[in-house]
Amino acid sequence: MGRAVGTSVRRKDGDAKVTGAAKYIDDLTFPGMLFGATIRATIPRGEIVNTHIDLSPDYIVADYRDIPGKNYVALLDPDQPCLAEREVRHVAEPVLLVAHADRRALFGIDEQVRFDYRELAPNYDPETSETCFKQIAIDKGDIERGFRDAEVVVDGEYRTSHQEQLYIETNGVIAVPGDGQITVYGSLQCPYYVHKALVVLTGFTPDRVRVIQTETGGGFGGKEEYPSMLACHAAILAIKTGKPVKMIYDRVEDLLATTKRHPAIVRHRTGLTRDGRITAMAVDVLMDGGAYATLSAVVLSRGVIHAAGPYRCDHIRIRGRAMMTHTPPNGAFRGFGAPQTQFAVEAHMDRVAEALGIDPVRLREVNALRPGDSTATGQKLGKDASALPVLREAVKRSGFRRKRREWKGTNRGIGLSLFFHGSGFTGAGEVKLASKASLELTRSGARILVASTEIGQGTTTMLAQIVADALELPFAAIEVQQPDTDVVPDSGPTVASRTCMIVGKLLERCARDMRRKLGALTPAQYFTRHGAFTVTKQYEPPAGLAWDDQRYSGDAYGSYAWGCNVVEIEVDPVTFEVTPTHVTAVAEIGKAIHPLMAEGQIQGGTAQGLGYALLEEVVMRDGRMANAQLTNYIIPTPMDAPPIEVAMLERPYAHGPYGAKGVGEMPIDGPAPAVINALRHCGFDIRLIPATPERLMRARR
Amino acid sequence: MPVDARTLTLQRPRNLKAALAMLAKEPTLTPIAGCTDVLVGLHFGTSDTRQFIDLWSLDELRGITSKPILRIGALTTYTEIIASPLVQKRVPMLVAAAREIGGAQIQNRGTLGGNIANASPAGDTLPVLAAAGALIVLRSASGERRVSFARFYTGYRTSVRQPDELITAIEIPAIDGRQWWRKVGTRRAQAISKIMMAGVRSPADHLRQGYGGQEAGRHSCKVRIAIGSVAPTVVLAEAAAAVLSQGGAIGDAQAALRKEIAPIDDLRSTGDYRQQVAANLLAAFWKDTE
Repeated sequence: MGRAVGTSVRRKDGDAKVTGAAKYIDDLTFPGMLFGATIRATIPRGEIVNTHIDLSPDYIVADYRDIPGKNYVALLDPDQPCLAEREVRHVAEPVLLVAHADRRALFGIDEQVRFDYRELAPNYDPETSETCFKQIAIDKGDIERGFRDAEVVVDGEYRTSHQEQLYIETNGVIAVPGDGQITVYGSLQCPYYVHKALVVLTGFTPDRVRVIQTETGGGFGGKEEYPSMLACHAAILAIKTGKPVKMIYDRVEDLLATTKRHPAIVRHRTGLTRDGRITAMAVDVLMDGGAYATLSAVVLSRGVIHAAGPYRCDHIRIRGRAMMTHTPPNGAFRGFGAPQTQFAVEAHMDRVAEALGIDPVRLREVNALRPGDSTATGQKLGKDASALPVLREAVKRSGFRRKRREWKGTNRGIGLSLFFHGSGFTGAGEVKLASKASLELTRSGARILVASTEIGQGTTTMLAQIVADALELPFAAIEVQQPDTDVVPDSGPTVASRTCMIVGKLLERCARDMRRKLGALTPAQYFTRHGAFTVTKQYEPPAGLAWDDQRYSGDAYGSYAWGCNVVEIEVDPVTFEVTPTHVTAVAEIGKAIHPLMAEGQIQGGTAQGLGYALLEEVVMRDGRMANAQLTNYIIPTPMDAPPIEVAMLERPYAHGPYGAKGVGEMPIDGPAPAVINALRHCGFDIRLIPATPERLMRARR
Repeated sequence: MPVDARTLTLQRPRNLKAALAMLAKEPTLTPIAGCTDVLVGLHFGTSDTRQFIDLWSLDELRGITSKPILRIGALTTYTEIIASPLVQKRVPMLVAAAREIGGAQIQNRGTLGGNIANASPAGDTLPVLAAAGALIVLRSASGERRVSFARFYTGYRTSVRQPDELITAIEIPAIDGRQWWRKVGTRRAQAISKIMMAGVRSPADHLRQGYGGQEAGRHSCKVRIAIGSVAPTVVLAEAAAAVLSQGGAIGDAQAALRKEIAPIDDLRSTGDYRQQVAANLLAAFWKDTE
């Protein structure tokens, strides 16, 4: 047992990627294929009153009237049109589609189309917005009593900005029409989301819609919901022309039109005793949803559930709102609301420590959630609750206390953050998803059939490791089917740090069943005598997991991963540039199925978090991203990333495969507050990220 | 949206003479070499130029010589500058600037002449050339002339170069004293400058000849300071340099500098930041070159 799990086996997808053999969406072509482009609104709010199109007949133009089914992108709320009919709610809203046989003929096509608008005044401020997509209230204990018990009260307001996912491969799909059916190939995270959207758009029965994920060059949440929109566009053109249609965004279009992380304003009021015990936490979370609801409700949900941080407190009141503004819709991005709210609570904790005059480590030690404690939603934590172990490990490894002392008053700073991240869908989400996974016997082993996608994070390798060990077969004997809705069951979306813990567990159960059925036979022997068979398992919640969606209380997640970051920085007094010099990232993730990939996830998420903290800024001007190119949207290069020392702790979760919990998202929750706390240590009072040199210059204390 | 390549024309002269003849005939042609700026403009559809003359194969415009003056051919790439012992010895600040331009691919293709001709206020080598007192050698079919770098630019992306002229070389006189360079970009690599400064601090003539002594030395030296990304063109900060040359206080030099620059808010930074950091850089330069 345990031959593959826990070892860093060779990646299933590695050879094809490093040799260039892997086919990405733009590598594919079909006979007679056309290319599609999108004509977008250029104003943030108003109505289209006239359309002027100056194109020769070799261009095929489609608008909302060409949609055979319903004109909305089916996800949660049916509010977002696939193509604008009259109303425009944001710059870059899609209005028309154009197809042509020559890709180059589509360059500059938007200059051939002009809209007359009746413009309305846009609103970019979520605080004054009159449209609320979602409100959530979490109440635990008696907040008034908690503040009565307090000897000290600390208030604070913290703000975060947009962030772009910046997957390497931009969004792209190909739609291939058939006789009353449609197949869409694409770079995407969630084949069944796209499938659902296409069924609504086309009006076809589900069996006449097929979605195939092609090799995908990164997602980070940015290919959770947006590919549904793009697939619908390509399908409209494919159905209208009767030909395959390829649509690939260039970087500018991808940056202008697709989703970003929700900007947030988070206000804290915290009551404490003088010795640092938290008696009350009141948190108000406001998120900017952009122009349509998309996933704002669930991003807000994860945000508010994590808003009190990994701290024990009997009296908590959290209020959350996601508001509409006239900017492109914000959406899924690694962390999904939690990076915003945990930035706030962790930056706040250091201000609290300062107000009380106690050490920030001590403050966290006193208040960190322990096994048996309950979270803001009243979830009683199991034995794997690891806030204290990760904190102590990070403090010890980094020499935090000594550096904190020695660097005081210099241009070097050190800060930490303590955080957690729920694995899987929130609340009753996994029960509603009712995900399925299948395992099919092959002549030489088994084939995994799941909708979970490999987007660079290692899905195929990690799932094959779990199956190999549960089947007691070599890793090489396990194949992974490319996700294709005609072939694989709906194992839910590849999001929410759920693939390993939820889908991995389903596959482990499949494999154990298959193992029993094989008896003493090898797969080859069984296959020869009885032929192939398939085992399918459906999600069942662990016993005792309960969630009340009305009161927003109960077991928000099956389990949580825990993290502590210590970030060391140096501030250049001449230029206010901040150089992170070292990061200690301690993560408790249950079990590292593939230690090297898990470490890679933590390093990558940490680097992305450093970008969020210091560099990445979407400059919005009149509702339009003004820096929609990689020259001016600044992400960290290897030169900007310090050594990141990763330590993984393993406290197994009983219902995860081999004890594993989620790892994908958590690493981005911690770096930003740790950076800001290090800056506070250096004398900079920052409550808004990114902490650019321009902001630092003004924030010097 | 990218510009459709079918709308572009490209002429490829075999030698400099042929190139100058082509330009004399069609002065609207845009000379290109490494294309590190031109291709960006064409890719993003922000460039209006469609007719090009490709200089890349004109080896006459390559190479670095030093007799009697350091002469760098216009087509010399950043990689060649970085690798040149001559430039390393004589103009280390130019090597430092070249090292921070783009990545290895850009450094292999981008040329010094191209950086000058592109005339971006954020061109990284430009403050160095200004501080070095470089001369730009221009040639047309009808002859050659030299223009001092300080007089080359006339405004935002405009210069005294005539449409039929090519930049053929850059000449850099011997620099006495300490050279200083600092680029402040949006990140540590692959970044466009928010602000950059080049400085030269030379001892005064009489001091070098002997008995100046401490007192005399502090009050007499030659200073040249040039700053990029703080105005429509590179700024030679003569007033600030004069204060320092005459032994004035650094605070007075900073005050003078603030009046010589006119930085704006843009996508990469703010005018306020550039003002403050320009003053800070000046102080850093002065301290580092003591």
